[in-house]
Amino acid sequence: MSLLELKNVCMTYGKVKALQDINLVVEKGEWLALMGPSGSGKTTLMNIIGCMDKATSGSIILDERDLSNVSKNELTSFRRDKIGLVFQQFHLIPYLTAVENVMIAQYYHSMPDEAEALAALDRVGLKDRATHLPSQLSGGEQQRVCIARALINYPMLILADEPTGNLDEANEEIVMKIFHELHAEGHTILTVTHDMEVGKQAEKCIIIDHGRIAESKYNR
Amino acid sequence: MLIALLAVAIGATIISGMVTVYYDAPQQMGREFRSYGANMLLVPTGDQQWLAESDLQGVMGLLPTDKLVGIAPFLYEKIKINEQPILTAGTDFDQVQKVSPYWQITGKWPATGSKEILLGAELAERMKIVPGQSLILTTGAEQTETKAVVAGIVRTGGKEEQFAFMDLSLLQKLLQKNEQISLAQVSIVANQTELQTLADKISEKNPMLAPRLLQQVAHSEQTVLKKLQALVFLVTIVVLLLTLICVATTMMAVVTERRKEIGLKKALGADNKAIVLDFLGEGCVLGALGGVLGIALGFFFAQSVSINVFGRAIAFSPMIALFSLFVSILVTGIASLIPVRIAINVEPAIVLRGE
Repeated sequence: MSLLELKNVCMTYGKVKALQDINLVVEKGEWLALMGPSGSGKTTLMNIIGCMDKATSGSIILDERDLSNVSKNELTSFRRDKIGLVFQQFHLIPYLTAVENVMIAQYYHSMPDEAEALAALDRVGLKDRATHLPSQLSGGEQQRVCIARALINYPMLILADEPTGNLDEANEEIVMKIFHELHAEGHTILTVTHDMEVGKQAEKCIIIDHGRIAESKYNR
Repeated sequence: MLIALLAVAIGATIISGMVTVYYDAPQQMGREFRSYGANMLLVPTGDQQWLAESDLQGVMGLLPTDKLVGIAPFLYEKIKINEQPILTAGTDFDQVQKVSPYWQITGKWPATGSKEILLGAELAERMKIVPGQSLILTTGAEQTETKAVVAGIVRTGGKEEQFAFMDLSLLQKLLQKNEQISLAQVSIVANQTELQTLADKISEKNPMLAPRLLQQVAHSEQTVLKKLQALVFLVTIVVLLLTLICVATTMMAVVTERRKEIGLKKALGADNKAIVLDFLGEGCVLGALGGVLGIALGFFFAQSVSINVFGRAIAFSPMIALFSLFVSILVTGIASLIPVRIAINVEPAIVLRGE
């Protein structure tokens, strides 16, 4: 059974059709890259898969559960338990330290556990920066804290929206190396990017254009 | 947040201060009102002409000593002063000074047990008498003459200015009415209801006495106090509303400023209940901190009002402190409801996209 299956998913904002008849299957342990130009609908698709938005029509089956008819609260609960989010803008809380930013995801999931949060930071090579505030960290380090936060609750699916969009080349390399390691460990990853180089590193590329899947190809 | 804290603290200061004044003012004002004269008269019942002086001792036992300002006995009789019939009152001048502190004396008060006399201003003017002059008092069937000296002239703005006053024991002796008095004026710190209760108690224990409330005085006191309390209540309500608006506005600004953080928390799995608890918790902590600060400031405010206006210190009331703390938390909680509503409507997908 696939981890994620989208059937005829459509999304409209008024008269604008953001997504049309999206059919997509993501297997466990797969690394997919959603690619396309700005305004193609890839972020909309990621929000739907990330349980932050509901599709206008079609069905989304995540971990054998159809999400098309669930309430907002159930979507929140599903997002909390199944999905780890990595953002282009990092979205760290500025007055919390790196370890506290990781622990906040634990707080809303179950119970904050500092040792576990430190282990997650260690996993992304930032244990020695645990007590630093986001303003004291570089962009690459902030993105690694964001990845540690996404991993802390053992999600089934890691969703990364332009994870290297705000990073320089050196930091991009570090972050992509972490994604490769996570993939090797068996994590299911879905990255949204418009960067061909980043997209090529995924197992499979889905090209979206004008709200439709234009192409689907394996990279190797 | 600091502005909200200050708003709550100022609100709590006014609440705590005003509530203290609200409860303390009647007591303080009650004492102030006592300087305007007696609020109860004790007169003989039925056809009796006189009261026994000893009855007053019994009455004093029935009145709370901490609230009793004074009881002034009066014996009224017409006697001849310099051959003119004058309504004269024998009284206890020490008690008169307590019961009627508004009496203004030119000269001095007659000494207790002396043959000194106090003349009302109108009477003194009519008789063209000044303090220090001697007078001849003529009393009884035998027309006994007694020499007395005018100690002072009294101005009251009332009928007392047509009277002559002397020591009670002297008049009793001259008239051979030992232990007899016509009436007694009582000044006691009490509201109208308490006065009525005391009057009922006095008439029950002393059937020879008929206590009469000076309705106009008691009623005026009550009216002034009620108006003052209504004013304090109104000010408190207005301040509460202003605090509510100020805290709500500040909290709304806080929510707007933290939309991204709220969106992130929601994206991380915070449900509406968690967001509500976060903001209501913050609101309650803000209310508690502002409340504690306000209670302290409010006590100093009330203390300052009491000392400067009434000349008396007030005691710290834990009940008022708890009430103010509760109201501060409640107001902040209510003020947080609209901002909380905004917070739970934050859509993580939209906010995190930067829209």
